Amino acid sequence: MWYYEKKLQYPVKVSECNPRLAKYLIEQYGGADGELSAALRYLNQRYSIPDKVIGLLTDIGTEEFAHLEMIAAMVYKLTKDATPEQLKEAGLGAHYANHDHALFYHDAAGNPWTATYIQAKGDPIADLYEDIAAEEKARATYQWIINMSDDPCLNDSLKFLREREIVHSQRFREAVEILKQEQNRKHIF
Amino acid sequence: MNTPIKWYHPYASTADPCPPIEWKYYQTPPNLYLGFQPTGLPQYPLKEALYKGVLWPVLFDPYPTPIRGEDR
Repeated sequence: MWYYEKKLQYPVKVSECNPRLAKYLIEQYGGADGELSAALRYLNQRYSIPDKVIGLLTDIGTEEFAHLEMIAAMVYKLTKDATPEQLKEAGLGAHYANHDHALFYHDAAGNPWTATYIQAKGDPIADLYEDIAAEEKARATYQWIINMSDDPCLNDSLKFLREREIVHSQRFREAVEILKQEQNRKHIF
Repeated sequence: MNTPIKWYHPYASTADPCPPIEWKYYQTPPNLYLGFQPTGLPQYPLKEALYKGVLWPVLFDPYPTPIRGEDR
């Protein structure tokens, strides 16, 4: 089970109403390499992975939900006061027609989230390599969004999230090292 | 210390429709080089670590990468 802390992992501040940036940012909400995909991927893989790395998948999967919540707060703040006209100009006319100001799990191009974004092969090495790739792809996505964003407050939060991707990738790489160790031998780190 | 950016010079044809981008860059963050993290590495003060998103300077990778002196 989980306990919920009624605060964000890192503060989210937004300088100005900017629905176009929200349109790009939604990639990390409901995109293939977004936070929802990450959380569900790791928490689902836990059951069929060696005991030594289950805790890691639980911890990182849980943190991904904290990131998802930050992205949601960003998207909401960027769009909450936008008029239908502004949303239309930002390329969110179709989103408004379907969802009004509600958030929805789709990527920057409007493709709805699908379970085919996440894999569970059951092979521990295959699954952890996929997790490493997912972290690097999420890091790259944050870079591309930072490159397009001129909102310094928002970028501050995005840089924090990018750094977390690096730490997660590092931990998954260490998990691979643990699983590939020869058994019945002494190991010193 | 490993460099956080690598670059290459992609081929450009005189027949390309757009002005060529002469150098292409990509990030190579510290997790690619660290291996299994050793214990006892230096740590940031707690408050700074919470803002940076990481406890250990060895894994901190600012983005965009700050430009220093002659470094590209």
